[in-house]
Amino acid sequence: MKRFMAFVRKEFLHIFRDFRTLIILFGIPAAQILIFGYAVRTDLKDAGIAVLDNAGDGVSKELTQKIEASEFFYVKKHLNSYEEIDEAFRQGEIKAVIIFPGQIAASVAREGSATVSIIADGSEPNTASLVTGYITGIVSDYSSSLTSAVTSSLPLIVPEVRMYFNPGLESHFMFIPGVITLILILICALMTSVTIVREKEYGTMEVLLVSPLKPWQIIVGKVTPYFFLSLVNVIVILLMAWFVFGLPVRGSIPLLIAECMLYILLGLAIGILVSASTSKMENAIFISFLALMLPTLLLSGFIFPIENMPVIYDYVSMILPPRWFVEIIRAIMIKGAGFAYIWKETAILAGMTLLLMVISSRRFKTRLEEEGK
Amino acid sequence: MNAVDATSITQRFGKITAVDDVSFTVREGELFGFIGPDGAGKTTLFRIAATLIIPTGGRMNLFGLNVVSDFRELRNHIGYMPGRFSLYTDLTVEENLQFYATIFGTTIHENYYLIEPIYKQIEPFRKRLAGRLSGGMKQKLALSCALIHKPRILILDEPTTGVDAVSRTEFWEMLEGLKREGITIIVSTPYMDEALRCDRIALMQQGKLMGIDTPAAIRSSYGKRIYAVSHRDRYRLLLALRAMTEAVGPEPFGEAVHITLREGASVEDVKKSLERAGLEGAEATEITPGIEDVFLGLMNRSESLKV
Repeated sequence: MKRFMAFVRKEFLHIFRDFRTLIILFGIPAAQILIFGYAVRTDLKDAGIAVLDNAGDGVSKELTQKIEASEFFYVKKHLNSYEEIDEAFRQGEIKAVIIFPGQIAASVAREGSATVSIIADGSEPNTASLVTGYITGIVSDYSSSLTSAVTSSLPLIVPEVRMYFNPGLESHFMFIPGVITLILILICALMTSVTIVREKEYGTMEVLLVSPLKPWQIIVGKVTPYFFLSLVNVIVILLMAWFVFGLPVRGSIPLLIAECMLYILLGLAIGILVSASTSKMENAIFISFLALMLPTLLLSGFIFPIENMPVIYDYVSMILPPRWFVEIIRAIMIKGAGFAYIWKETAILAGMTLLLMVISSRRFKTRLEEEGK
Repeated sequence: MNAVDATSITQRFGKITAVDDVSFTVREGELFGFIGPDGAGKTTLFRIAATLIIPTGGRMNLFGLNVVSDFRELRNHIGYMPGRFSLYTDLTVEENLQFYATIFGTTIHENYYLIEPIYKQIEPFRKRLAGRLSGGMKQKLALSCALIHKPRILILDEPTTGVDAVSRTEFWEMLEGLKREGITIIVSTPYMDEALRCDRIALMQQGKLMGIDTPAAIRSSYGKRIYAVSHRDRYRLLLALRAMTEAVGPEPFGEAVHITLREGASVEDVKKSLERAGLEGAEATEITPGIEDVFLGLMNRSESLKV
């Protein structure tokens, strides 16, 4: 035990003396949370639009005011002719143009209907569909108020939508669980594989192997500090989520931490496996990034919903641990679900962890790999 | 009991045979040297002895313990210094020593007497990071770390490569001190002058053992007279000696060129040939063969055998 503790202590010294390791451990997670939380947004806020008001009467002015009064849009430009639309889009400052036909108020009063054109910037499809959706919502809202005021005849069926768990449809709800998933697997797998491979590359593994230390002591000693530092990371991220983005953990915090521990163990097992298959640090970094970062980003359901993918990707994503962890963490943090709702995902992760640990402990050698000269 | 008993050790890496049917014994308390050029198989042989590689063929026992089957027990008794510096450069001198002491289940204090002559030279820098030490100091620290658990055998793979001349001499004095403590040492070196300090030396080339004996015996077993030929224009001298039939295996050594004579030829014949080649006033004197002469002789013999 004393030998083991000496090993862990040595590992902590390595970490705290290496500026780059510290940056990767703590700087990158904080930066990712802030970047994903603030910069990458899928909800709409203060989008610039332009208005081409051919009517200039009561209805068009009221509607413009309504649109501007929402926190989603502000009117960047007032256009005077159709010719200016193209130019306005090309400048790139506006996401949509709203065109009111001439005498819209008269048309509403006379025929009980009118048309408002919306032209959106289709070069950003996601934003375009959000923008048109929001504007359509405002317009139909306004038109129903007109209907009731003017005609007060038959009541219309008005759908009233409410977003459960996330009434404001805020994208942090989606990103923060995703970022935790990404960061934990990256840090655990990347850092452990690099730290083990570094001993091989520097030749110190040779001396460690000749010592009476058992292989499990070397491996566990190397990953223990990363286990604790990753936990610290989880707590920091959760605190940031709460204080910066106002996203509390709705479910049980001990359950969340326990699930994170399981996932950290899984990441460490992947790292050990990567380290067993290479003796060059660049390879370890490359494998960790390529094999973990990209699938986690693309196939875990963190950004792109799995339901929308072709079935084959659905099956591929099933072998990726992040997919299951994203579900677990969303369930606990946002839905406030208890263990009864996530036991299946937890069991899958536990199974994967066990399997990886068995494989990697088998692959770790008590001797040097045979290096062909 | 012998410290090392190696029988027909062979190690292949794919098609390459790094160590080829090597047998030797090292007595307890002996300072045993391996010399040979790079790629001779010394490092592989040492890794087998250090329980790091399982040999393709043959057996090796250290103090009666097999390097393959008894490696766990054996690892308590081995002090191993790999060929390249392999301590933690981001830990201080003291932290390195402390770490190795603890993982070998001992303390610095317990075996301090053993490392004291070596460690006290680097002790003033004990708070310095190991990566910032000079080459000689790094070797002293590495030796201290390999010694801290009082191993019965030290396995040192080219410990003085890349170390300055003064530190090399100091290092060998330390090894002799450790020998007096009863520690068996096997050491490899590319430097012939260091080999002279060993009790016995083994000459290795292309995975094969060319011969094992004391330095003195190896020199006397050479069996041929060696002449050192010198001239102002050493380059032309070497060319001329290579061209002539009377001299065999000319090799440049410092200022002179060492040769042996073809059977039936005399020193005078060589001098005459040199004069004919325009190299008047060349000196030729008989010398006692050094380890290098023997080694190069053995190498030449094996090459001519192949042809």
